[in-house]
Amino acid sequence: MTVRRRETWAAYGFLSPWIVGFLVFLAGPMVASLVLSFTDYDVLTSTAFVGGENYRMLLADPKVRTSLANTMFYTVLHVPLTMAVALGLAMLLARAGRRSAGFFRTIFYLPTITPKVAVGVLFLLLFNGQIGLINEMLGWVGINGPDWTSDGPWIKPGLVLMSAWSLGSTVIIYLAALQNVPRDLYEAAEMDGASPWARFRAVTVPMISGALFFTLIINTISSLQTFDEVYTAFFGSANQQTYGNDAALFYVIYLFQQAFQFLHMGYASALAWLLFLIIVLITLVQVRLSRRFVYYESE
Amino acid sequence: MFIRSIRAAVSAALVVAMAAGCGGVGSSGKESGNATVTLTMMGFGTGDEVAKTRFDAANAAIAPSSAKASEGSFSAQQFLSAVASGSPPDLVYMERRLLGTYAVKKAILPLTDCVEREKIDLGQFRPAAVTEATLGGTLYGLPEFYNNRVLMINDTAFAETGLDPAAFSTADWPALTAAARKLTAMRGGKLSRIGFDPKIPEFLPMWARANGGSLVSADGRTAQLTDPKVVEALTFTVALINAQGGWATFKSFRDSFDFFGAKNQFATNQLGAFPMEDFYLSVLGESSPDVKLTVAPFRGVDGQPVDWITGNAWAIPAKSAHPAQACKWIKTMTDTASWIAAAKARAAARQAEGAPFTGLFTGNIRADEVIFRDVVKPTGHAGFDAAVQTVRQTQEAGFSEPALAAGEEFKAAWQDAVNRVLAGEQQPAEALAQAQQQAQAALDKANSGS
Repeated sequence: MTVRRRETWAAYGFLSPWIVGFLVFLAGPMVASLVLSFTDYDVLTSTAFVGGENYRMLLADPKVRTSLANTMFYTVLHVPLTMAVALGLAMLLARAGRRSAGFFRTIFYLPTITPKVAVGVLFLLLFNGQIGLINEMLGWVGINGPDWTSDGPWIKPGLVLMSAWSLGSTVIIYLAALQNVPRDLYEAAEMDGASPWARFRAVTVPMISGALFFTLIINTISSLQTFDEVYTAFFGSANQQTYGNDAALFYVIYLFQQAFQFLHMGYASALAWLLFLIIVLITLVQVRLSRRFVYYESE
Repeated sequence: MFIRSIRAAVSAALVVAMAAGCGGVGSSGKESGNATVTLTMMGFGTGDEVAKTRFDAANAAIAPSSAKASEGSFSAQQFLSAVASGSPPDLVYMERRLLGTYAVKKAILPLTDCVEREKIDLGQFRPAAVTEATLGGTLYGLPEFYNNRVLMINDTAFAETGLDPAAFSTADWPALTAAARKLTAMRGGKLSRIGFDPKIPEFLPMWARANGGSLVSADGRTAQLTDPKVVEALTFTVALINAQGGWATFKSFRDSFDFFGAKNQFATNQLGAFPMEDFYLSVLGESSPDVKLTVAPFRGVDGQPVDWITGNAWAIPAKSAHPAQACKWIKTMTDTASWIAAAKARAAARQAEGAPFTGLFTGNIRADEVIFRDVVKPTGHAGFDAAVQTVRQTQEAGFSEPALAAGEEFKAAWQDAVNRVLAGEQQPAEALAQAQQQAQAALDKANSGS
């Protein structure tokens, strides 16, 4: 066996844990769920092939429209807000001294490692319309805050605000990107008389556009799959399910209900594939648009 | 993440289905009678003395075999995963209303043979509890607790507003609305006391029954959500909430209650009255024994007591490896002697804490007789002693919803309808008409396979 061939086999050997994991835990189940999406399947009784019936049903299901609209609304608000706030914080951190930057980096990242279940519970406490801290603070400036957790139109905005709690990862990515922007570009812009806003627009944004694009994709996908914190806050216990508000019915929560509450595994699989197609479509659009806005140094 | 979990679960199910096709699963149903085994279970923990005492008694009944307690309440996801992977537990403890769904899919065993073999006396159980565990004339679970719903009245709030707790009743709806308005209190523009909480959506079946209606037919096959009596009950209860500030404010304030703590809504005068399960007497007795409380039957518009009962049951999964041992175990878990021993243990624990013991309300009539005759003693708190007697009298008027082949979907349909009305999205008749279609479709589909 030649050295090259030996090295090739060694490479596959090292890659094999990932390959096996991918095939067994991701590719296999994906194929299985695609097959199941054409069946009536409840785990407990035999599977019946129903053709495209599940897909026809989901097009007519008003709850699919509601949950999809809720999820899109949340994504459209959450992603730009997270990116803007994270960029602002990262720029502040980039200006901070080395020791204090380390301290604040840790502080900003801590909420990210907080379990999402805890975030859901925290949301109910902080945003309670009658006794919550948020309305208490709004009251200090004369604002009578809404019932964030029980008034339909305010539930999603409340969840969006709460989602800003865990933007630590995005801050770290932006900070790393900002620290890689060559100083001489700023110096040249300053010598040309560029204002801080002009430097931000013409130097900072293009130079970190790769990081911005990456976080746009990742945050969009993760928003479309939002589950844990919203489920905990609104559907996690039997009591919460009783008072479940359609305004908090996100797509993956509805999918989960269909699968594990109503035992409609076939229908839930069709729902999963619809979400997969939506995510692929949105990501393709974003990638296409990125060609016009993202700057790569190698170009 | 959860999509991945779901995919993993269905994949496991496929593997099992293929294995089953090769005769690899389900062929080991025979049980050797004398072998020492450890029964597995789902949905039951031994977190308190009532559970622990009966658990020990049931284990003694199958010695040298034994059962191993699980943690947490019943989880459909956990149960389905276990069934799909071919390793279901030997025992499962779930709400009685869920039994029908699993029974119609043949995921749990009919208990006909078990009852016959172990000579289990079904006459010891309260009929309403047995009804809830019976689908199509076949029993699928042995009933445990018997959760009664009664009216709990905060005497302090009533005294402040000049109302008489003894005269308070849910029979006269206009008078109830007037009392609720009077009991409701605001402070600084915010709600500081709810006058009367009708506890909808969850208690809608009881309000419908109080109005002479029912959400479902007696055989559990026909949804009756558009029954004018049901629509009227929903219309009234929603109006009752709107008269006290509207749903959003009402719910936010209610969510802020320290429900199980010393600063609960009775101790802090945040609630005038509400219908509630009897277990809450025990909570109040432990957390705030000095609270001034009156308990009365929940009454229908005809003035008669209405007591909607629910509870859990023990069932045996269809592919349990040890169904005979499991049967013997659940027999002991629910029999008279075990309940009495559990009540004695609870009474001793309460005495050690200096808290009143308000009894156990079980699905076992004979156990209740002995418990309330020999174990429950006057607590020294007149309100709690009277409350216990009221619940005892009310439970004779207990009714239960029949077992349904699509229990979860049926419940979700009418509860979603109530929530849409509370959120102001639909009117009661419109919401219930939509729910009727969904519920009937689910029942028809589930029953077509039975």
